[in-house]
Amino acid sequence: MSLPLKIEGLVAGYGATVVLDGLSFDVPAGGTLSVLGRNGVGKTTLLATLMGMTTRHGGKVSLGADDVTDVPIHRRARLGLGYVPQEREIFTSLTVEENLAVSHLPGGWTIEQVYDLFPRLNERRRNTGNRLSGGEQQMLAVGRALAGAPKVILLDEPFEGLAPVVVETLIEALDRVQKQTGLTMLLVEQKADVALSMTKDAIVLDRGRIVWSGPSDDLKRDEAAQARYLGVAGDHG
Amino acid sequence: MSAPTPKPTSPLGEMTGPGRFSLVGHALPWLVIAAFYFLVDDYLGLGTQVMIWVLFALSLDLALGYAGIVTLGHAAFYGLGAYAAGIFSIHVSQDPILGHFFAIGVTALFGLLSGALILHTTGVTFLMLTLVIVSIMFEIGNQARGLTGGDDGLQGIRLDPIFGVFDFDLWGHTAYIYTAVVLFIWFVIAWRLVHSPFGRSLDGIRQNARRMRAIGTPVWWRLLAIYTISAAMAGSAGALSAHATKFVGLSVLSLLTSGVVTVMLILGGTRRLYGAFIGAAIYYIVQEWTAQISPYFWEFVVGIMLIATVLFLDGGLMELGDRGARLLGGRRRAGGGE
Repeated sequence: MSLPLKIEGLVAGYGATVVLDGLSFDVPAGGTLSVLGRNGVGKTTLLATLMGMTTRHGGKVSLGADDVTDVPIHRRARLGLGYVPQEREIFTSLTVEENLAVSHLPGGWTIEQVYDLFPRLNERRRNTGNRLSGGEQQMLAVGRALAGAPKVILLDEPFEGLAPVVVETLIEALDRVQKQTGLTMLLVEQKADVALSMTKDAIVLDRGRIVWSGPSDDLKRDEAAQARYLGVAGDHG
Repeated sequence: MSAPTPKPTSPLGEMTGPGRFSLVGHALPWLVIAAFYFLVDDYLGLGTQVMIWVLFALSLDLALGYAGIVTLGHAAFYGLGAYAAGIFSIHVSQDPILGHFFAIGVTALFGLLSGALILHTTGVTFLMLTLVIVSIMFEIGNQARGLTGGDDGLQGIRLDPIFGVFDFDLWGHTAYIYTAVVLFIWFVIAWRLVHSPFGRSLDGIRQNARRMRAIGTPVWWRLLAIYTISAAMAGSAGALSAHATKFVGLSVLSLLTSGVVTVMLILGGTRRLYGAFIGAAIYYIVQEWTAQISPYFWEFVVGIMLIATVLFLDGGLMELGDRGARLLGGRRRAGGGE
């Protein structure tokens, strides 16, 4: 159902450029972790590296008992890493239903289960990907990840650029999924308050290193740490 | 306001998407092919040629249109299929069906092996490698005179009657029907394929291969599979050509052959399957008519048509049909916008 994720001494980046400079952390099975930090500190690179999409210079990534450090991208997905990228990357020429169908792996959520989570997608089932609103695309991106039978879900700024009411819907849905299935969850987010309220633990990155880690509630209370590592709340251009 | 749902009884209608067709739309090309047989007896040879090119363009649509494999090397498969069928009939057996299967097998194998070698590359690198392969094949065809006849072409192909009954007659009746039946079988295969989850995943790979990997799709294997199927189909078209004309010219392996089939497909419209029908037919019709004016004029006309198509008709000439249908049935889609 869900698996633990273990990262040891991860050094990675793009080509020769190092973005992640020696990260180590654990997420237990069913755990939830916020990955916070200012722009450009390597949050997205971390998720992409877990999927095997960057250049890894060192370190190790384990998913449950599997060492996935050198496993090709598609096998990682099959082993249970579900990735919801920041750009959503919906297939524009496929319908909502087809997007879900091509993503389906054995043991994954059925199309009906996804529609049950996001009734809006059911209404839009025959729309092609380029005829969806940003919120609908994000729902579909999450649904697509669930169809792939994830044991760990990696969410990269899933609420970015969405209307508050849509963000509400997504937060509720993700909470529901996490509570019902016990899915391990990594949440990269700019808005620390939202992320911290959704997760049990948190890490803060700065220039490719972990500068803070602990329970989300602690960071929520620690305004000094928030100010130091995350800048003033609302300080994003 | 009921949504336009496809007939649920048809398994083909399950996956919808652009290019959905009414029953009339489906029947039309086959009715034309049937009518042509009865009405235009003098041009059966031409009709057969058009259908062979339709099949060839159809094979390219699978690779180039759906999977986004940008190749200029498809003549290698077409030519190999033609030579395989021709050589088989001369040296092994004159059974046309057997020879046809042999040609399909040989080209599928060649597609599998060459695809395995080059499909890890993309873009310009891949394009150059396909050019290299077709050039090598051309040179082999040219040098191996003993087997292929070199630039004199392969002559002396003889065929038994199909199923021992239908003789390849001088007027091309048998060849026409044989080609039409083979085209129909391949079309049904292609249609099922592109509307299956496998086919839809090819669409996804074309758009964003990295994303497809991230949802667990073994992209390389999928591409290799469709490349092999496409090669077999092109080889089948080549075999039909060898059987219908009882001759294989070295030009089947030329770069120009790859170019012509690409022009046909783009003219008709990619990712529609029927685009191959329109493209090949229009290409031949234009060639026939304008060549009577001047032997070089047709290339000019085809060139202008291609430019106009690429500039104004995103989906090829098939797009004209779509736009017409939209004008007629405009109310159906009204209100279905953003």
